[in-house]
Formats: sequence, structure tokens, C-alpha cells
Amino acid sequence: MAATAPAPTQPESQFTLALFDLVEGARASHLWGRLGWQDIRRHYRRSILGPFWITISMGVLVAVLGTLYGGLFQVDMAVYVPYLTLGWVVWTLVSGFITDGCAAFVSASSIIQQARLPLSVHVYREIWRNLITFLHNAVIFVAVAMLFTIWPGWVGLLAIPGLLLVCLNGVCVGIVLGIFATRFRDVPPIIASVVRIAFFVTPIIWMPELLPERALVPLAFNPFYHVLEVVRAPLLGEVPSATSWLAMIGFTLVGALVMLGMYVRFRWRIAYWL
Amino acid sequence: MKVQPSLRVDSVTVDFPIYNANMRSIKNQFIYHGTGGRVGRDAANRLSVRALDDVSLNFDHGDRVGILGHNGAGKTTLLRVMAGVYEPVRGHVWRQGRLASLLNVSLGIDSESTGYENIVSRGLLLGLSPTEVEERTAEIAEFTELGDYLAMPAHTYSSGMRLRLGFAVCTCFDPEILLMDEWLGVGDRNFVEKARRRVDEFVERAGILVLASQNTALLKRVCEKGVLLEGGKVKATGPIDEVVDRY
Repeated sequence: MAATAPAPTQPESQFTLALFDLVEGARASHLWGRLGWQDIRRHYRRSILGPFWITISMGVLVAVLGTLYGGLFQVDMAVYVPYLTLGWVVWTLVSGFITDGCAAFVSASSIIQQARLPLSVHVYREIWRNLITFLHNAVIFVAVAMLFTIWPGWVGLLAIPGLLLVCLNGVCVGIVLGIFATRFRDVPPIIASVVRIAFFVTPIIWMPELLPERALVPLAFNPFYHVLEVVRAPLLGEVPSATSWLAMIGFTLVGALVMLGMYVRFRWRIAYWL
Repeated sequence: MKVQPSLRVDSVTVDFPIYNANMRSIKNQFIYHGTGGRVGRDAANRLSVRALDDVSLNFDHGDRVGILGHNGAGKTTLLRVMAGVYEPVRGHVWRQGRLASLLNVSLGIDSESTGYENIVSRGLLLGLSPTEVEERTAEIAEFTELGDYLAMPAHTYSSGMRLRLGFAVCTCFDPEILLMDEWLGVGDRNFVEKARRRVDEFVERAGILVLASQNTALLKRVCEKGVLLEGGKVKATGPIDEVVDRY
């Protein structure tokens, strides 16, 4: 009997294990796809409209804020309302990636402690859940675009690579913050307040054109501005600035490196910290 | 030729870091570093609990192993290390063959999803592929005897019904290495005999069984070998009867 046991091979390095985890996790789309949907459904359990409440509340919000702030800033409604809608929809996605990223591992602790699955599954699940919400919200933009007869044209297609970059960054942020927040339990409140401040200093409700010239310089240093621009600008029929594109590509590269470094170093500790 | 399943635990040590509320806060770490270690002195006193201490075990095809030990002896930790939930601090685990760890029967049962949906989620969490789950759904549904209830959300189920559902999914496939924390059981009187036969068959099919329990009569019935853990160390190994006697 004992002879059947194979000679133990050299254990895999942490680097290989981390990469394997990321790739295998991504391939398990049947799992995170399902769990992500389940999260959305649980949130709207037993309601008649279900996830379409996301769409409705976004519609109401845009209608109310659009009229109020459009009037306050004295901007043409046909310009302001689509801008506000898109900004808000993309911001909801971005802030969801950040805040849910903090909870990615902690909220999956019962699964992590039972089953041997790639840990990245829990991050992909959270990304997918936020994308589902995003798609429900995007319906409102379609309605607004029809109402104000906006057609971005071919430029609009640039939003697709933009969105892809945002999602890649979402994965990196989810893993990095997920690790931090599992180890240090007061990371989520810190992140929540940073996100709240970021909302106000980023042009979502207000437009950069409304700022005096000298205030535009600090705006270029606001990372969230570029994150929004690569998705928002194309859908409004403008090509995002080269600065925004370069910034996004830079974030993705740096983010991927930091993420990989941390994942290689700490992936195996996550289960212990839960 | 099919490779025989095997499971090797090679001088594995597992330490659990203990973080009290103070340790987990960035503030304390910050104060600690900012003050040269005076104010937050206790932040540096990293406590850890050694759950497993230099454990080496070797299981081959056909082994039926019972793990004994008092509470806190490291039984569950050992199962989790073997399952790959915890990567050991020192040492290595080699597993060959499809592994299933049944540490919690009702893992992943979502009360808003229907019985059928839960069969799929649970199956996927156990590591089955979508097609495998699909192939087995009819058989699982029949075994649970839940009938039309399977189309209803799980929050309408009694606890016994939930248990049946979880149990049926857990035992629907053929793992080569099976890790169990306590025996699977279903309290329901009419169901007990049926469940018992199913577990017996299920365990019979597994190449390697590792069962942690404090029920010595059960271990003597099911297992041939025994491992006695005490304070995270292997105290004794050998035929189950001898190990039970030492327990």
C-alpha cells in the first residue's frame, strides 16, 4: 500500500500559488457569477421590482438633483443632466469597488474557512455584483440620452476600454484593500470617509468648467477625476484627454504590481486573519 | 493508469496569531512606531497559539483514519490544513486526488434562493463543475424527498429540511479523499436509516477517509487506523483500537 504514495515534489513558490489563485479564480466564473447575482437578489428579496429598484432610485435621484443643481449652477439642462447622470452612475461603480473591496474576504469568511477555493473568487464576486448594479443604473443614462437626444457616436465606444481599465483597477483595489481590511479591522471606516470626501472634491455634481482657472491644476491630481473621465467623456461624445488615459494606464500598472506583491506575500495569511 | 489518492502531512506547524482589539487597530501600530515603542508597548507582544506542532502523517489509498483528541487538541485545524484552508506556517501538505472537506453541511445555503438553486450553489462550492451539478440534480432532489418544496425559497424550510438538502448535496459525489468533522447525520426519524446507508456508501467509495470525532464507538466502527492528538502534537498512531485505549 505504502508504495503507491508518490515522492513529494518541490512545493510551489508563493508567487506561482498567487498567480494560480488569480487565474483559477477568474476562470471560476460559474461560481462568482452566481454568488454575485445571489447577493443582488438577497438585497431586494421579496420586493416586486427586485433589482430594478436600483434603476428607479437612480432615476429619482437624477431628476431631483438635476433640476436643483442645474438651476443652481445655471447650466443648460440638456448638458447638465446627462453629465450628472453618467458621473453618478460611474461613481457608484467606483465607490462600490472600493468599499466592497474592504469586505471581500471578511464577508466570505465562512466559505474561506470551509472550502479550498481560490481566494480571488471573492473579489471577482464583489466586482461582478457592482457591475450588475452599474448595468441597472446605466438604464437611466439611456433614458436621459433619449430624452435629450444625445448620441455620442463612434467616440462612445472608447468607454468600453475605459470601463475595462476601471474594472481591472477594481480587482487590484479589491485585493489590496481586502487584505488590509482583513488584517486591520479599522480600515473600512477610514476608507469610507476617504470615499465620502472624494465624492465632493471630484467633479460629479459640479463641472470643471465652473471652476476658476487656478483651481483646475489640483483637479489633475485627483485620481478619481481621471477614473470618471475615461468612461464619462466618451459617452458624452468627447475624447478623454491624453492625461486621463495615461493616468488610468499608470494606475493599472502600478496597481497590478502592488496587488501582486501583496498577494504573493499575504495571500496565505488571509485565512488566519479571519 | 489512475493515480492512487494520497495525503501527506510533512512536519506541519500552525500558529494562530491572536489579535485583540488593540492589535488590530492601525492607530496602535502607528502610536507604537511613532513613539519608539513606549506608549503602545503591548502592541509588540505578539501572542500566538500553536495549534499544530510538527505533525507528520501519511495516508494512502484505502486508509480509514479516525482522529481523536480533546477539545482544542487541534482536530479541526488539522482537517483544515489537510483541506488546504490553512497553509501551514512550517512544513508542507501534499494531496493527490479529488478532495472534499465536509466541515459544515449547511455551508452556503441561502435562504432567499429556492432548493434547486441551493443545490447548484452548494455543489459549486464543493468544487463540482456546473455540468456535474446538473447531472446530479435529479438524483439529489429525489433523495431529499422535499418534492415541491424544492421550488420554494429555503426560508420556508424547517431546520430538518435544510439539513436534508445540505446533506444530500454533500454526499452526491465521489471524492477520493474525504475529510469529515464529526459524522454526517440527519435528525429526522424517518430519514435516519436512509441517511445512514447513504453515508456508509459514500464513505465506502472514498479512497481515503479522515474522520475527526470524540465518539469512540463510531470511530471503532468506521476506522481502522487512529491518530491521537494532544495539544497540537501527535500523541499516538496505530490501529484504531489501540489508539482509542490510550485516549
